[in-house]
Order: sequence, then structure tokens, then C-alpha cells
Amino acid sequence: MKYVVDFGRFWWDFVVGDDWRAAALVIVAIGLTAAVAASDIAAWWVMPLAVVLVLALSLRRASS
Amino acid sequence: MTAGVFLVLSAFLASAVEMVEALTIVLASGVARGWRSSLTGVGAAVLTLAVIVAALGPALTVIPINALRLVVGGLLLTFGLQWLRKAILRASGFKALHDEDEIFSRELAEARTAAPLLRGGVDWYGFTLSFKGVLLEGLEVVFIVLTFGSTQGSIPLAALGAGVAIVLVAGIGFAVRAPLARVPENTLKFAVGVMLTTFGIFWSTEGAGASWPGSDAALFGVLGFVIALSFASVALLRRRKRTMLVTAEAGA
Repeated sequence: MKYVVDFGRFWWDFVVGDDWRAAALVIVAIGLTAAVAASDIAAWWVMPLAVVLVLALSLRRASS
Repeated sequence: MTAGVFLVLSAFLASAVEMVEALTIVLASGVARGWRSSLTGVGAAVLTLAVIVAALGPALTVIPINALRLVVGGLLLTFGLQWLRKAILRASGFKALHDEDEIFSRELAEARTAAPLLRGGVDWYGFTLSFKGVLLEGLEVVFIVLTFGSTQGSIPLAALGAGVAIVLVAGIGFAVRAPLARVPENTLKFAVGVMLTTFGIFWSTEGAGASWPGSDAALFGVLGFVIALSFASVALLRRRKRTMLVTAEAGA
């Protein structure tokens, strides 16, 4: 069991790191892009906008 | 063509950074615990990484491209934003710069004080130190090569970029037998963060069903956007750091 937990923790640290909120916002942004694209509206601008938001929030937390 | 150049360059830069870090650990292990144990650890780690690539590489190629781009794009974006965030914090003074000389000294001191642990003529501490160092740094290279390569439809091209970096860093490391402290590692990490974030934005958008104006050429636009955003973030945080220092001095 310990190995499974350690393995999971390794991949969590590896991909998500110390700011899980950033990862959560990325998932929300992907969902939003899919929703906008499905309604036949250009959706390429969603992810760049989301990255501005994610980076701003994450950097603000890390530097405060 | 555009994506191919980005692919090789990204795999090369990311692998070079990871290999510089792995080299520091292997050198510390070799100097403190003997080269036989250290190089055996390197060999075992490389073999493990090769097995992972051989197992996962073909499996990724059978996944539908849009599903792959969605998952890989999301993972790369999350992973890339981690790199970029740390690079911006380093460049603006909120996080200590990565210093290979300092890391080498610390690893060397720890390796020298650990008790000898011989098994089959191999020092177990030296073996484990090298094995873990190469495996963990190498896993990041494998992750980047497999995700970039499979999404772009060319794992061999990504592997070529990574392979050139590994041979180059290992060759220079063997020649100088010292940590590669002169490599502008913090700048390289910044560049890799920018590349990973760029690919992450591009692929996750395509995977979610949206199209880029100008198709593959939009990568340049996304790249320019991420670079501008990064430099603006560094400038804003530097100003914030200065204000914090002035406030702290005034309060002292």
C-alpha cells in the first residue's frame, strides 16, 4: 500500500506540483474551451486568457 | 515543419536541463563513493527508462490524436506552468537561483558522511544515489519526449532532440569532470517553461475541439504571447520585490 501511495504522490508532485489550484483551473479552462467550440463560436482565445489568469493568481500567492 | 523545429528544440532544451542536474548527482556519487557504483547506478536507470519508453511509446500511438492532444495538452500545460512559475519567481528574486556548484557540494558532503554499504562489490549508497538521480531526472525527459513526440506524430524526432542533449551534456561532463555550473541553467529553465506552456496551450485547445487561426503557424503567435506574458510578470514582480524591500527598510 505504501508503494502505491508513494507512486501516486510522485506523479502528483511531478505533474501538479505545489499549486493544485493552477491544475484545477487548467481543467476548467479546457472544459470551457470545449463548450465554446461546441457552440460553433471561435474558442482559441479561451486557453491564452485562462493562462493569464492562472499565472497571475499563482504568482500572486507565491510572492505574497 | 514549424512544429517539427519546435519539437526538436523543446526536447533538446528540456533534456539538456535535466541532464545537467543528473550529471551533478552522478559526479557527486562517483567522487565520493567510487565510479563503479555510480556508473552501475546510471546503467540501471538508463535501462529502466528504456523499458518505460519501449512499453509506453507504441501504446500512445494507438490513442486517437484528438484525445491524445487533449490529455497531453492539459498535462503539458499544468507541467509547463509549474516550470514557468518557478522561472518567473527566480528571475524576479522571489526564489533562489539554481546553483549546480552548491548542489554538488551538498550532495558530495552527504555522500561522504554516509556509512559504507557494500553488496556484491558495489557500494549501495553510491549506486542508489546515481540510480535515483538519473531515473527521476530522466523520467521528465521521457515524459516530454513521449508527450511531444506522440502528439506531433513523431516520437523519433523528439527522441533525436533529447538524444543530442544527453550525448552533449554527458560528453562535456566527462571532459571537464565537474558540475556544469557555467551552463545558463536558469535561462534554459525559463525557455523550457515557455516552450512547454506554448505547446500545452496549443494542443489542449485543439484537443478540446477548437481551431487555431492560421493552423500550425499559430504556434508562433502563442509563443510570442507566452514570452510577452512571462517578461511582463517578471517586470511586475521585480517592482513588487523592490517595493517590499523599501517598505521593510523604512520599517526597520
